[in-house]
Amino acid sequence: MKKNSITVPVLIVLAVLIIFVPLFLQKGASFEGSDGAGSEMVSEMTGGGYEPWFEPVLERMIGGELPGEVETLFFCIQTGIGVGVIAYCFGYLAARKKYSGGKEPRVNAESGSLS
Amino acid sequence: MNYTRTEKNILALSCMAAIFLMGARTVHAMHIMEGYLPLAHCVGWDAVCLPFLAAGLIRIRKILNRSRRILILLAMSGAFVFVISSLKIPSVTGSCSHMTGTGLAAILFGPLVTSVLAVIVLVFQALLLAHGGLTTLGANTFSMGIIGPVLTWLLYLAGRKLKVNRKASVFLAAALGDLLTYCVTSLQLAAAYPDPVGGMASSAVRFLGVFAPTQLPLAVVEGLLTVLIVIGMEQFAEPELREISFLEAK
Repeated sequence: MKKNSITVPVLIVLAVLIIFVPLFLQKGASFEGSDGAGSEMVSEMTGGGYEPWFEPVLERMIGGELPGEVETLFFCIQTGIGVGVIAYCFGYLAARKKYSGGKEPRVNAESGSLS
Repeated sequence: MNYTRTEKNILALSCMAAIFLMGARTVHAMHIMEGYLPLAHCVGWDAVCLPFLAAGLIRIRKILNRSRRILILLAMSGAFVFVISSLKIPSVTGSCSHMTGTGLAAILFGPLVTSVLAVIVLVFQALLLAHGGLTTLGANTFSMGIIGPVLTWLLYLAGRKLKVNRKASVFLAAALGDLLTYCVTSLQLAAAYPDPVGGMASSAVRFLGVFAPTQLPLAVVEGLLTVLIVIGMEQFAEPELREISFLEAK
């Protein structure tokens, strides 16, 4: 377990590097989504503009593309929900471990191993 | 500065959460877009996914009936998919893509349960974000919720059998599962849009050429993050992990 105090920071730093170094390597790149490139490929293959036969429901309802800022909002909500749940659970578990005085919380006798 | 180990861990986790939040970006990325697959393909992929989803739901019910305590692991696995798949990450190719986050659930619960978690996230993104789509839901569920997790699960099991270090097998399993997800996406697009000259194979190579190099570094990141959260869980959720036989019973 002790090794983890080294492993964890190293893994975090590695992940951050892999994520942010491309920003500095590809100066001025637009970093568009790769599905944009995907749809270009599609129109190339079909020889000309491909018309998607179904529009996203929300875009149809608001009669146009979702504004970029609002899209950010939705993405943040998604991230927020996820981070919230994970943080709550880790908080719960960490506190349980801390206040149970290092003892294992009782395990139900009948709930043996699941597989 | 005297921190207990628990406090240090909490700090490390809050840093993780902070990094996740900072990574949020605003461009379209992967998943097959709404309306981009022919109707027959859409229905076909939906059909393939249905048995997996049904089996997954039954399995979740069974797990929870057996022990409510496992709910916390299930919730965290689902939340992990939410977080990870919402982050658009810049890649060396100069475009953005995002990860799947389904590796954790696949390693802990197997691919059936994972398919249910993945479909929840995909519906959220299809409805609110115009990202992916309802018509392409089946195809995206198949790549992100079924095939990728199946590979992750098999690789992890193989790693355990061969007595590979646990962290190493988690890393490899999650990273390769992520990569396979995007390879499957390329094949699905290729099946729908065969090259007029070279047919499906040449079209598959071209789609892979677009997606694979972008996804490669992200797959590595997904592997790293999955290892991180598994370390956190091993630290704090030991009894639950023993219950699902992730850790050996005492």
